[in-house]
Amino acid sequence: MPDVLIELFSEEIPARMQTRAAEDLRKLVTDGLVEGGLTYAHARAFSTPRRLVLAIEGLSLESPTQHEDRKGPKVGAPQQALDGFLRSTGLTMEQLHVHEDKKGAFYVAHLHKPGRPAAAILAEVLDKTIRSFPWPKAMRWGAGSLRWVRPLHSILCLMVTEAGAEVVPFEIEGITAGNTTRGHRFMAPDAFAVTSFEDYAARLKRAFVILDTAERADMIEHETRNRAFALGLELVEDKGLLAEVAGLVEWPVVLVGDIGEQFLNLPPEVLQTSMREHQKFFSLRDPADGRIVRFVTVANRETADDGATILKGNQKVLAARLSDAKFFWENDLRVVANVGLSGMAEGLASVTFHNKLGSQKARIDRICALTREIAPLVGASPDLAHQAAEVAKADLRSAMVGEFPELQGTMGVYYARAAGLPDAVANACKAHYQPLGPSDAVPTEPVSVAVALADKIDTLTGFWAIDEKPTGSKDPFALRRAALGVIRLILGNAIRANLAAIFAKGYAGADAADLLSFFHDRLKVFLRDEGIRHDVIDACLAMPGNDDLTLLVTRARALQATLDTDDGTNLIQGFKRANNILIQAEQKDGVEYSFGADPKFAETDQERALFTALDTAEAAIAPAMQAEDFTAAMAAMAALRAPIDAFFTAVQINTDNAIVRRNRLNLLHRIRAICLGVADLTRIEG
Amino acid sequence: MTATVQKPRSFQEIILRLQTYWASKGCAVLQPYDMEVGAGTFHPATTLRSLGTRAWAAAYVQPSRRPTDGRYGENPNRMQHYYQYQVIIKPSPADLQDLYLGSLDAIGIDTSLHDIRFVEDDWESPTLGAWGLGWEVWCDGMEVSQFTYFQQVGGHDCHPVSGELTYGLERLAMYVLGIDHVMDMPFNDPDGAIPLTYGDIFRQTEQEYSRHNFDGATTDMLLRHFEDAEAECERLLAFDPADPNSGKRILMVHPAYDQCIKASHLFNLLDARGVISVTERQAYIGRVRALAKKCADAFVQTEAGGWTPAAAEAAHG
Repeated sequence: MPDVLIELFSEEIPARMQTRAAEDLRKLVTDGLVEGGLTYAHARAFSTPRRLVLAIEGLSLESPTQHEDRKGPKVGAPQQALDGFLRSTGLTMEQLHVHEDKKGAFYVAHLHKPGRPAAAILAEVLDKTIRSFPWPKAMRWGAGSLRWVRPLHSILCLMVTEAGAEVVPFEIEGITAGNTTRGHRFMAPDAFAVTSFEDYAARLKRAFVILDTAERADMIEHETRNRAFALGLELVEDKGLLAEVAGLVEWPVVLVGDIGEQFLNLPPEVLQTSMREHQKFFSLRDPADGRIVRFVTVANRETADDGATILKGNQKVLAARLSDAKFFWENDLRVVANVGLSGMAEGLASVTFHNKLGSQKARIDRICALTREIAPLVGASPDLAHQAAEVAKADLRSAMVGEFPELQGTMGVYYARAAGLPDAVANACKAHYQPLGPSDAVPTEPVSVAVALADKIDTLTGFWAIDEKPTGSKDPFALRRAALGVIRLILGNAIRANLAAIFAKGYAGADAADLLSFFHDRLKVFLRDEGIRHDVIDACLAMPGNDDLTLLVTRARALQATLDTDDGTNLIQGFKRANNILIQAEQKDGVEYSFGADPKFAETDQERALFTALDTAEAAIAPAMQAEDFTAAMAAMAALRAPIDAFFTAVQINTDNAIVRRNRLNLLHRIRAICLGVADLTRIEG
Repeated sequence: MTATVQKPRSFQEIILRLQTYWASKGCAVLQPYDMEVGAGTFHPATTLRSLGTRAWAAAYVQPSRRPTDGRYGENPNRMQHYYQYQVIIKPSPADLQDLYLGSLDAIGIDTSLHDIRFVEDDWESPTLGAWGLGWEVWCDGMEVSQFTYFQQVGGHDCHPVSGELTYGLERLAMYVLGIDHVMDMPFNDPDGAIPLTYGDIFRQTEQEYSRHNFDGATTDMLLRHFEDAEAECERLLAFDPADPNSGKRILMVHPAYDQCIKASHLFNLLDARGVISVTERQAYIGRVRALAKKCADAFVQTEAGGWTPAAAEAAHG
């Protein structure tokens, strides 16, 4: 079984595309081979900045021979039909066979489609793969018409058997496959031949190329940690940056450099962001005070001066970058000192939030008003919350956030502290954006919670009012995320509030009922992950006060817990039975049986026991419901399971005695009323 | 690549070495275009010559103006007037990356000591209706050049593809010469009889133009000139190709394109004067692009743009 090695050698492939491209190469080629009738044992793909590589093990030598007996015209059919059959099969009259069935004799062609050698199939698959490769963006170069991510220079394509390695005959747009590649662009630029994947990987390593991205990333991370440890520092984790840097180098060399003394007082987030975004540097932190004090750059080569020139150059570029950042920082602090954070926020009047929803300033005014309304519900001082809402987005006008948008909120906290604002206000500058995603923390400080809720609810009611709701996969304004944020804020802080009332105080003109049902949909998705069934939520949604999410979820959790017990499941059956009998009787008789059953008409012990059980349950449920103790209420409800079961076993509802029958129906009505008072159990499935 | 190249000592020496290097690689060394442009790409030697099928190789310095970047000569590396070095070769040769690296060696960047990288950077010029793929080239973490394979110019697919290199000369020279503030950079031989720094030559003009761009320029006039340039460009392109004087087929593509360049610069000035709102901005860019596109359409109808009487006949045939 031969092995195959393919290398597509090009000019530098964008780092962000490499991993995906290697995977696409593996899939397209192996799928093509399988489609061509071949099998293989194993395939691995690799990428470096200049190459995509595929190593296949255990490929079959050729595709299997295929036999087919194709039925032709009847013996004696017109010559024309016979000629057509011969043409389509490529056979002569003498090569046809005659078979017979009950309809008579007919011609049959015994066709053999011989297997094809793997190399021929591979060449076809490779041609198709290269021509239709799904690069996010491809280009042409020179005078050719081939498209690749950057100019493709050479193709290595070997088939390796015990007899040795053979080049697969293949040519595309003037590039002929061979058995050679090149090493590192600067450290080992000459071409060399290889004989197998192992040989290839080993020779590449000698030519200063680490083939495996994961290995390069490991080398970078390991070396960086070692260097940091030796300096008594720790690496600031950044997996995204690590992946990117591993895609920028074939031979990683870690260099640690100094951040100029004059920049060490910049906030660590600023240092880290500036170094990451502009220079792709890692940050090293002093564990004692959390300050970032060194940077790590990953060079693509070794040099005679051990990277001294490279480091000096990088340091100089960084100094220029950080001079800008320092200028922004000091400039922003000066603005804050002169006009305060609210002064900084003034410029937001000239920033459009959305052309139908006005400026950022108009939006902040709305959020301020709404924050005031929400503050008492979350235990925040309305004045403090209002103050926080006023300045929470001021940093959008800062020079620093203008340069680094991802620092919004973070800078606000620094600038609010510099302005001498209370901690609760400063913290809200960042926390009010939270939670940013399903795994982001939920703020808990009351002022932050109030502004966070107001911010999101203004967004939601605003876009609802102008009818820009999410549809399908389109959610350009991240409204689902905003709604989930509100849900998590409310549940995480056990806030008791009627959303409909708050919506009414949001952006005017939003359809509150429609927005609430959007929330209920998001809530179902959220609770599904918690193991709460959608029908359980429906049963609770049908109860009054369903815009109080904390109440709603407490009820749903209690009901789910009840349903998870034996008593609970069986109670539902008993309830449904009672309900069905009642519905039928009520339809038939045209009356509602809600007159109150009387124990004096009870004929059996089971009937009397049910009366007693219902009295007990009612006595327990009413105060529990009053106290919103759904667990206690549902426990009392679930305790009805045994007496209800016993009642249905022993008692026939529809007796000839009309009085007894009516009394029993009224008794069923009590069961229904008690159960429906807890949740709408008619919506529970099963 | 050799490590023995002597370090250059002045700004002009770096320019001279680039000129010599690219001349030795077969480029026609052109002179700057004699109009105000925002980048070397606007030179017709790039914009127009990257269109059509005819082979082309040129290198030149292009003074470039970006009115909004004026800092009164104070900023260490930001100016409203600076120099770009531009190389354009069609079709892009297979060894363009190596040719480029050779040019770094030529100006004294020893590639055996530095870390040179090709970092993804797609280029797009909304005003020229042009885009390409390539990289920004990093030397020890600093962007020293832009490297682009043109895919489309003026809305036309480039066939063959041109390879374009753009060096930001001041920044590159400051790096090679080890200078921190552009105005301190030796322009000519620092040991000559009359040594001149970049600041001796440009500090005052930076101040004058910064004031002019931000406060002085008459916006009414600029707006009027923009309209004029736009109208003139379209008018020139609307002429009958048959010239009654010479009896020849003459399209006035370059004169029309001059008006397009003019409109583009006037727009940049208006932008610096702060009289163009965010929404208007897009509209102005679109108007310049429309002119660039019309010029490109016309250029491919000329002989320099690959038009031949035979091909034209065949097309109408």
